[in-house]
Formats: sequence, C-alpha cells, structure tokens
Amino acid sequence: MSQNKMNLKLKVWRQKNAQTTGAFVTYNVEGISDEMSFLEMLDILNEKLITEGGEPVAFDHDCREGICGMCSLYINGKPHGPWQANTTCQLHMRAFKDGETIVIEPWRANSFPIVKDLTVDRSAFDRIIQAGGYISVNTGNAVDGNSLPIEKQNADDAFAAAMCIGCGACVAACKNSSAMLFLSAKVSHLALLPQGAPERKTRVLSMVAQMDKEGFGSCTNTGACEATCPKEISIANIARLNSEYLSAGLTSE
Amino acid sequence: MLDSKIPAGKLDDKWVDYKGHCKLVNPANKRKMEVIIVGTGLAGASAAAAMGELGYKVKAFCFQDSPRRAHSIAAQGGINAAKNYQNDGDSVFRLFYDTIKGGDYRAREANVHRLAEVSANIIDQCVAQGVPFAREYGGLLSNRSFGGTQVQRTFYAAGQTGQQLLIGAYQALERQVALGNVTMHTRHEMLDIVKIDGKAKGIIARNLITGELEKHFGHAVLICSGGYGNVYYLSTNAMGSNVTAAWKAHKQGAYFANPCFTQIHPTCIPVSGDHQSKLTLMSESLRNDGRIWVPKNVGETRKANDIPEADRDYFLERRYPAFGNLVPRDVASRAAKERCDAGFGVGTSKQAVYLDYAAAIERYGKIEVSKQGLSNVSHEQIIALGKEVVKEKYGNLFEMYAKITGENPYEVPMRIYPAVHYTMGGLWVDYELQTTVPGLYALGEANFSDHGANRLGASALMQGLADGYFVAPYTVGNNLADEIYNAAIPTTHPAFEEAAKKVAERIQLLKNINGTQTVESFHKRLGKIIWDKCGMARNEEGLKQAIAEVQALKKEFWSDVRIPGEINEYNPELDKANRVADFIELGELMCVDALNRNESCGGHFREEYQTPEGEALRDDENFMYVAAWENKGDHDWTLHKEELKYDVIQPSQRNYK
Repeated sequence: MSQNKMNLKLKVWRQKNAQTTGAFVTYNVEGISDEMSFLEMLDILNEKLITEGGEPVAFDHDCREGICGMCSLYINGKPHGPWQANTTCQLHMRAFKDGETIVIEPWRANSFPIVKDLTVDRSAFDRIIQAGGYISVNTGNAVDGNSLPIEKQNADDAFAAAMCIGCGACVAACKNSSAMLFLSAKVSHLALLPQGAPERKTRVLSMVAQMDKEGFGSCTNTGACEATCPKEISIANIARLNSEYLSAGLTSE
Repeated sequence: MLDSKIPAGKLDDKWVDYKGHCKLVNPANKRKMEVIIVGTGLAGASAAAAMGELGYKVKAFCFQDSPRRAHSIAAQGGINAAKNYQNDGDSVFRLFYDTIKGGDYRAREANVHRLAEVSANIIDQCVAQGVPFAREYGGLLSNRSFGGTQVQRTFYAAGQTGQQLLIGAYQALERQVALGNVTMHTRHEMLDIVKIDGKAKGIIARNLITGELEKHFGHAVLICSGGYGNVYYLSTNAMGSNVTAAWKAHKQGAYFANPCFTQIHPTCIPVSGDHQSKLTLMSESLRNDGRIWVPKNVGETRKANDIPEADRDYFLERRYPAFGNLVPRDVASRAAKERCDAGFGVGTSKQAVYLDYAAAIERYGKIEVSKQGLSNVSHEQIIALGKEVVKEKYGNLFEMYAKITGENPYEVPMRIYPAVHYTMGGLWVDYELQTTVPGLYALGEANFSDHGANRLGASALMQGLADGYFVAPYTVGNNLADEIYNAAIPTTHPAFEEAAKKVAERIQLLKNINGTQTVESFHKRLGKIIWDKCGMARNEEGLKQAIAEVQALKKEFWSDVRIPGEINEYNPELDKANRVADFIELGELMCVDALNRNESCGGHFREEYQTPEGEALRDDENFMYVAAWENKGDHDWTLHKEELKYDVIQPSQRNYK
C-alpha cells in the first residue's frame, strides 16, 4: 500500500449565510494522500485555515460511510463527485490527479437554501414526508409480523425504493430541481406493500401537493437524477408515482 | 447501595405486573403534559412517536439537519427477536439467557428479561409500519444467525437494517409532527438540564444555525443521545456522535454507570494514516464465511496470496476450535491485537490481520457445481461461480471495502483490525429507565442497562426500539401521573435564566481562550491516550498515567484551544469544542472506572487479571456490581454500587474453546 501524495487547487464556494451573496475562493492543499477520503482532504484544508487564523469551510457530514445522507457537495459539476453510485463521504482521493483543480459547490436549488458555504437546508424533504410518507399505525396496534405474507419480489422492490438516503442529489442533478425521484421512492416503498394500501390515494396526492408547495420543479424525464443517485434508485419509481397519482386523481371524490 | 426499583415477583411476571399496576394519565391530562426528548435515533424517534401517539406534547431535539440522519441508521446486520419462526428452539428465556451470558454476567436480569419479552412486539410494529425486512419466497420473514447464539433469530434488511428501522421510526415521528403532537427541533444541541426542586424540568438548547440559546420546559426529559465511542476519536460512530447531553445530565446529578465497558468490534477497515477521521465497520456476518489469519513468520514480506497454507496461522481456529471465527466480539478483538502486538500484523501499518474469502468462494463454487449438475468444470469456473454467490450475500460490504481501500476483496484477502464500535456503559437508570435525577430518563445506548460488559450483535437495535416504543411510554407515564397537578413552568423562571446564563458564560469562556491549537488536534490526542491505555487492554500503571495525561490535556485545552468564527452564527467548530470539552472529562472517568474494576470481564480486559491461556478472568466475589459514579466536582467522583443478583441464571466462566 504505497501512498501517492498530491498537490491540488480547490475552488470552494464561500457564503457567510443565507442573506449574503457568495463567491468562489481558491485554496491550495499539499501532500494529499490518495488513500484519504474527499472529506478528510477538506478536514486538512480546514485545519490549515483555522491554524492560519481563517474561517473553516462549513459542510454537512456525519456518518462518513454513505448511509446517513448528510453529506452533499457538487464536485466538478457533479453531485457527490465523479464516482458512480457513491456519496461524497465515500469518494476517495484516488479519483483525482496531482495538480488538478477541483471545484466544490453546494447543492443548487431554490428549495434548498444555503445555510453557510457548502451547507444547505433540506428540511423541505422532512415536510414532504410529513404530508403522508408513512403508514398510520399507532404503537401497539400491530398484528403478528408473519400474519401478512408479502410476495418476495414486492418486498425486494419496496426495499430497493426504501434505500433512499434523502441526500438531495437527485434535486441537485436536475436542471429543474425536481424532487420526483425522492418523492417517488417513498410513494413506491409504501405503495408496493399491502400495509400501505389503505392510504394509497391520499398519500400520493398530499405528498405531491407538498412537493409543489415547497417549490421543487417539474420532472421532464431527463434521467439525471437516476444517473446521480448514490443508492441507484430507479427512475421506474417515477413512472409508478405518475400512475399512482393518476389513478388517485381519477378515483378520489 | 443503589435501588434499581425492580418489581417484586417472579422474573417472568415482573413486567406484566408492572404494566398492570402502573399509574395512568387520562387523555385530557396527557395533552397538558410536556415531554422533552433529546436525540432522535431509534430510541429517541420511537419514544417521540409513541409518546406523541398517546397524546403527550412532545418536543424532540437533534443536532443533525433531520431526524433521519441519526447514527442508528448505520447499523448493518440486524435485530434480534424471540419469535421462534424457525422452530429452532428459541424463546424469551433463551434470548434473555444469551444476552446475560454474552454480557459476561454484568447486566441486570429484570431489564434484560423485559427486553426479551418485548422483542417480538418490535418486529410486529416495524412490519406494520412498512419496514421492508428480508423475506423468503413464501412471503414470510427471513432470519439469519449472529454471534453468541445457537438459533436464527436475527431479522434483517440486507446490510441496511438500521437504516430501515430508523426510517420506520422517523416516519412515525414525522406523522406525529404533522398531527401537531411532536415539535421537531433539528440542528439543536442540548447544553444543559434545568432542575427545579431537584427534578428535571427542562433543557437549555443551542440553535446551531443562529447560535441562540433556547429554554424549553418539560415535565420529563428523556436523554436518547446514543453512546460515547467518539471519546476515542477514531470509531465507527458518526462524526457528530457525542456524549454532551448525557454528560450534562451527569454533571446535574445523574450517575454514570460502567463507563469503562466499551465494545471494540473485531472487523473494521484498518487505519490508513494520520489523516483518518473515522473507521468503517465490516459486518459481523462476514465472520460466518471468512477465515481470519496472519503469517506464521514475523517479518513476512510475501503478498497474502503467495503465502502457502503451511505458513499461515488461523489463530482464532487454533485458539478456539469450538467456536473458531465466530467467537464473541471481545474475544476476537483481543486475539487479533495479541498477534499484531507480537509482530505478525500485515499491511503497511502492521496493525491488521487478514479476513480471507478464498476458501468460502471455492466452497460455494463447488456447491453451485453440484446444484447445477455441472461436470468437467475447471477450477477457474468453480471460483467464478463461488464469487457470484459471495457477491449476492455480501456484495455491498465488499464494494464498500473496495471503495475505501482500492483493493478487490474477491481477489486478495481483506485487511481488518478491531475498532471502537459501541459503549455498554452510560447513564445509570433504574427499572423505569429513570436516572438518579427524578424526571430525567435515559433510553437506548445512552443508558447502561441491558448489555453488561459486552453486547451481542443485533441487540442494540432491539434495545433502542424496546426502550422507545414499549418501555418508556409506560414507565414515564407512571411518573407523569404524579405531575398532573403541576402546571407547565414558564421559562422565565429563575432556574431557566440561571442555567441559560451559565451555558452562555461557558461558551464565551471557550471562545475567549483564542489559543493556538485546533479542537480537532485536542480530540485526536485525547483519543490516542484513551485508545492506548483504556482500549482493548488496560493495566494499573497505564490507567494511572492516562488519568494524569487527560487531566493535563484538559488544562491545555482550556488555555490554548482556538475556535474560529462567532458565537451567534452557524459555527461547527464551536459545536465540536463543546463536545470535545465533555469527552475529555468523560475520558478521565473511564480510566477511573477501569482502574477501580480489578477484574477482566467482557470488553474490559485488565492485563493483571487473566487466565494462564490469556482469557478474561472475572472476579464475581468482589465485582459483581454496577459501578455508578456520582460527580462531585472537577476530577472528583464518588462510587455507588448496585449489586447484581442472579436469581435465575447461574454465572459461569465463559468458555469458547
């Protein structure tokens, strides 16, 4: 395991808060090992900035193992950077070459206002879930787990949709800032299971209404969301959402 | 002696009797009762949802941008439940027994039995919520086996069980937010407990976006903020996981129990350099099929695949023929450390052992050949078939390994090393999950109660959800029934003002230090002291040194830390400084506790107390107690003991040979 060291130029979006305008600032980092993760490279930049009396770059991150959905970052024009099916925290510096310039921006979407530097506010996603992204069952109401057999294929498909980590890369990748992949993943997860059936119609209608209220754009089926999604959520979920929406709209009073 | 308020009666009847006799709050009164919940992982989110459903006015707090981010989400393997769907002899008693034994006889019988009793309800509840557990072709739930048990009782959703359970609890929580029963405060950190007349009556929380200090009243406060593994700096915990809420509770009078009981998980991706910010777990399920080994010769220079069988030491199979690679976590971790310390480690750092899938790939390949009825198959074809099987079982873990290390684990053995993963210790709670401060509760990993000195795999998720969905709603209600006469106290009360003032002063003090060293550098130094001297192996001399070093570090921190930015703005460095200051104090207490416990048990291995074969040597005569520490001031703690009585299980020496 030999470590290759590299020097890089970083063009980072700096913005004090939601009220001010931001700008790119260029930094040089040296001696970056190719075994480091991308966020560890930013840690090194921040340690340097603090030691020199500057202000570190604010960015969201938590689990650093690709599952919590907290990290974001638009890296060289791509949400979560160059690797396929990957989150920023799992991106490693092997992906870059010595001397390269890396452009780092926050998610860009009106529904995700910037908090500071690279940190954005994704609470719109929570509000979409509040609009119906659940099954209304109080604690203690449940029957035996095996009393309701579920076809394996449906269970597997529901799981594939439920793997969404709510990071918002789909919105960031979309030229319209549409949240359709996120929304469709949740609608699919619950619509594919018999437990979700009683609220199927109201769920899709009210979640879509909330999505529109939050100001997310329309879906024009470019597929950028699916191509970017770190969990490879399928665009087929959007087709399912559309048919759920249509049939709910036709049959509701 | 501490009173754990365990109900009288037979072990099997305690919880049923408790539920049958506990006090209730009528629906009209519930609407007037306010409950504060700090942390929204499995324990916090499930408690918030369940209490909201009951009609209480719940205020929930998390430091992340959404409750869906809490670190419960990263749990991979599964959740145990005594369903006996496999007809393989499982029962409430067996789950209870395995958990007590796995914890090396340092957990409380009554709590663990209750946990086993409600385990089945958890699975039912999660299925009803739409949690997509793995299923068989017949449409029924699938199970797998985990360490320390002989039955298949682990329910799972691929390698993302924690994610799916948390999303279930998160959705239930957001439903209550929509209904107006829960108010969610994201990007908030609890920085103190407010006590009035000796009871917990609220918290001071900092809005992490604006820096503003907020005062919140509650008739009860539930700490569900997880474990303290990040005291070691490097751990499998999330970067933000911290002890601050639990530590503030401790400073306000809640005893801290068994802080030295920490779990070091044997299979994690090793440290690659000084830049390392966190460690990544490779699920325990990998030990089902992988073989762990090191070279037989010190200074071996050949690549793993070039080392012949004769020159390999499968040290777990050698030392523990009966359990082999599936010994419990504490035993496997110590054995790996022993080999590396003796100079047999592999990789650049020599702090790693191999986890090898070559034999499993060949074995699965041959099974496929037989299943598919193939003949005249080349070795290459067998291997290719075997790789397909391994990919289906463990593909996502192998991919994660490849991304982090740049190596292909299908071709070369993985390099793994133990890493800090879970903390069994935590706030001392009685049977009702109430701390020594009335009105203040601790749920999930934040309390100490169920795992003794070592936690079994797939039991953390079970405990978090048991506490939140099925225990706290009853036990907190039992105490709130006495509060119905007490109206909400306005936060203009002097106790709130005083607490907020103290928090503000401490933040100002931190900011004013304006020293030269970063928060991160202090955290790294603390982690190294604790890892070296209160990690996988401890001894008296090292612990004494560690205490002195941590005390010196505390002094240095408070005189030379540098926090950039302003107080009244989004300032992650300030948040971190608040947390590291608390970790430093906790680090000292961990060493004090480890020094006090002159025995080895579970994850706590004191080098002076081992059998001639190097196994942990318990001292039941002198240490069959919970060590609960009361904070008396700077560097000053008093020990209180809770005697552990085993009425049903007969403690014995664990033997895996």
